[in-house]
Amino acid sequence: MGPVLAGVLQLLALIGVLALVYIPFGTYMARVYSSQKHLRVEKWIYKGIGAHPDTEMTWPAYLRAVLAFSAVGVLFLYLLQRLQGVLPGSLGFSSVNPAQSFNTAVSFVTNTNWQSYYGEQTMGHVVQTAGLAVQNFVSAAVGMAVAVALVRGFARSRTGELGNFWSDLVRGTLRILVPVAAIAAVILVACGALQNFSGIHEVGQFMGGTQQWNGGAVASQEAIKEVGTNGGGYFNANSAHPFENPTAFTNLFEVFLILVIPFSLTRTFGVLVGNVRQGYAILATMGAIWLGFTALMMWTEFAHHGPALQAAGGAMEGKEVRFGVGGSSVFAVATTLTSTGAVDSFHSSYTGLGGGLTMLSMMLGEIAPGGTGSGLYGILIMAVIAVFIAGLMVGRTPEYLGKKIGGREMKLAACYILITPALVLVFTAASMALPTPPHSMLNSGAHGFSEVLYAFTSAANNNGSAFAGLNANTDWFNTMTGLAMLLGRFLPMVFVLALAGSLAEQQPVPVTAGTLRTEKPLFTGLLVGAILIITGLTYFPALALGPLAEGLA
Amino acid sequence: MNNSVTNTARLLGAALRALLVLTLVTGVIYPLAVTGVAQALFHDKANGSEITADGKVVGSSLIGQQYNLPLKKGQETPDPDLRWFQGRPANGLGSNSLNTRYQLILSGATNLSADSGAVHGTCPAEPEDGTLCAQVRAAKAAVVKDNSVPGHPVKPAEVPADAVTSSGSGLDPAISPAYAGLQVHRVAARNGLSVAAVEALVKDHTRSRTLGFLGEPRVNVLELNIALKDLAAKR
Repeated sequence: MGPVLAGVLQLLALIGVLALVYIPFGTYMARVYSSQKHLRVEKWIYKGIGAHPDTEMTWPAYLRAVLAFSAVGVLFLYLLQRLQGVLPGSLGFSSVNPAQSFNTAVSFVTNTNWQSYYGEQTMGHVVQTAGLAVQNFVSAAVGMAVAVALVRGFARSRTGELGNFWSDLVRGTLRILVPVAAIAAVILVACGALQNFSGIHEVGQFMGGTQQWNGGAVASQEAIKEVGTNGGGYFNANSAHPFENPTAFTNLFEVFLILVIPFSLTRTFGVLVGNVRQGYAILATMGAIWLGFTALMMWTEFAHHGPALQAAGGAMEGKEVRFGVGGSSVFAVATTLTSTGAVDSFHSSYTGLGGGLTMLSMMLGEIAPGGTGSGLYGILIMAVIAVFIAGLMVGRTPEYLGKKIGGREMKLAACYILITPALVLVFTAASMALPTPPHSMLNSGAHGFSEVLYAFTSAANNNGSAFAGLNANTDWFNTMTGLAMLLGRFLPMVFVLALAGSLAEQQPVPVTAGTLRTEKPLFTGLLVGAILIITGLTYFPALALGPLAEGLA
Repeated sequence: MNNSVTNTARLLGAALRALLVLTLVTGVIYPLAVTGVAQALFHDKANGSEITADGKVVGSSLIGQQYNLPLKKGQETPDPDLRWFQGRPANGLGSNSLNTRYQLILSGATNLSADSGAVHGTCPAEPEDGTLCAQVRAAKAAVVKDNSVPGHPVKPAEVPADAVTSSGSGLDPAISPAYAGLQVHRVAARNGLSVAAVEALVKDHTRSRTLGFLGEPRVNVLELNIALKDLAAKR
């Protein structure tokens, strides 16, 4: 069997397993967010928080709770890093400096997991497990909560109420993320991922002398890093490190973990709005883009265009032998089309077009299938835009799921899709125009520009992967990517929740013969087109200066 | 005004308590429970899949090593010990810029681009130092020179890609069967073994794709070298 066929079979196996869990898991998640019952342990937690889980919140109240929880999260994680030097269990590492602590705290709270530090040389056990891994869970749960709030906006009428944030947060963590991550972590250990709390120790070598290892709760963090589409590696090499991703099986398993919640949430959406076929239409859109991108990635990586790769005889620079080109391509597309940003191979050393694809994947807004929660609300905003475009074509007031898309709704949706590109392009332009930031580039020319464009695309879209040649541990990049991550996470959430509130107040309009049927393939086609055109128009000039210039040279 | 300050304070208090409770669940109970299960059921794997030979730990089956001669005086990079099978280049393993007192293995890739060192769209014969073109060219020349033995020259076109590129982690424990096969004649000559015996050894240590389609066929270099050492000792 050739490597191309093996790569395609891996992709097919992945589709098969995702399809198998789609209905049961998606329906289960819908029950989690709509059940009236609280588990006993949840009741204790609500008592500890001092919140009433049955109190309905309007959109401003929901938003305030999201922001308060995230602000406290940033502060807590910042302090934990600043105090690392005096905490026990820190492996002797000193406290992290202020700019890097700020960057890392923001990065993990915003579900980005951009890392300007070397994991094995900076973070001890306490910061990794009680700081970073905790945000892996709760930042994902926050994303899912906001997505569910938007879905409730479509499903409810004549009320401004969107549910209770504390209840959504706790249920998402306890009933979805913790059980899935626990099972996944044990499977990863069974395949060879580390899971211990040993300190830094010497291990003998074949030729004599020793290697130095640090132990850690790697598998438990690896599992939630993929399930929560976070992406922050325990080690510098992320999922390329054999202790994080030991075998070809774990590689595909980790891709499955990345994709399972974002894809299955479309089922949750369908169940909650009372029409699962609406969910299938969204799923089909996500699936079409994901498959198309994966096919393109495999094609360009197997063809290994690029002078150094031609000289080497294959695109193996930055890739592990056990995964090969096929497994690495599948991972690279999944991690950038979601907000994960974990890497099992290094995107900077991909072919010019392959590197461009990883960037374009993020620029789509990470909606195919996108991050846990953020993917669903991102694509629903695009769906609102698509029905608006269709409405313009036939001269009819656009509707989606029985809700009128009026001026207020469109303004909010437009703000949502403008904010991230504005952040990416302005920060990139500023970095290139100022005298010192370009010194951080490792490569020169078009690829050097790509490094900076990639950094801000990754930060503002809350992805967290990198063209890691860029030295991002400078005050400029720590601060500016930190700001891009914060604004790129929470401004869109403001617009999403405002939109949800506005939709929830409306009275539904009855379906008539003139209604655009948003559960049909025609709409899926329209949605794919709208996504590609909007992204293309926004980013084409920037892409032309970077990856296209490199790939076509 | 006063009212909104109180409300904000109350909200931040609730947020802090929520964070602390969830930290207890996901940052303390969860990792400890997973560690407990892992240590009970998969003790060896959870601790790094160590391999022992002659009663001594010689590394991990998951982590690559270097098989070099001791550094000679004035040398900055050691020469490979050609008695042993060689792993992939690891140009991405950074120098320890932080915390040098620990000298941890710092994992990492080169992150060099596919056109690094190229002139007019191809790698020139003498590329600029430090570029990917230069690393690939140098690695290829070394592989051809090291593995050509009398009566068995190696052609540049026979050298597989993994032999001349650095992996993502810099710790890749495996090489492709093609690269292992390329080294057979050299290893046999240096150890005074027959080519057929070494070929059989490589074949025994070649792992095919998991379930027939996952990943790529590979040879674990450390396991292969341990077996080679046994074979050479028996002779």
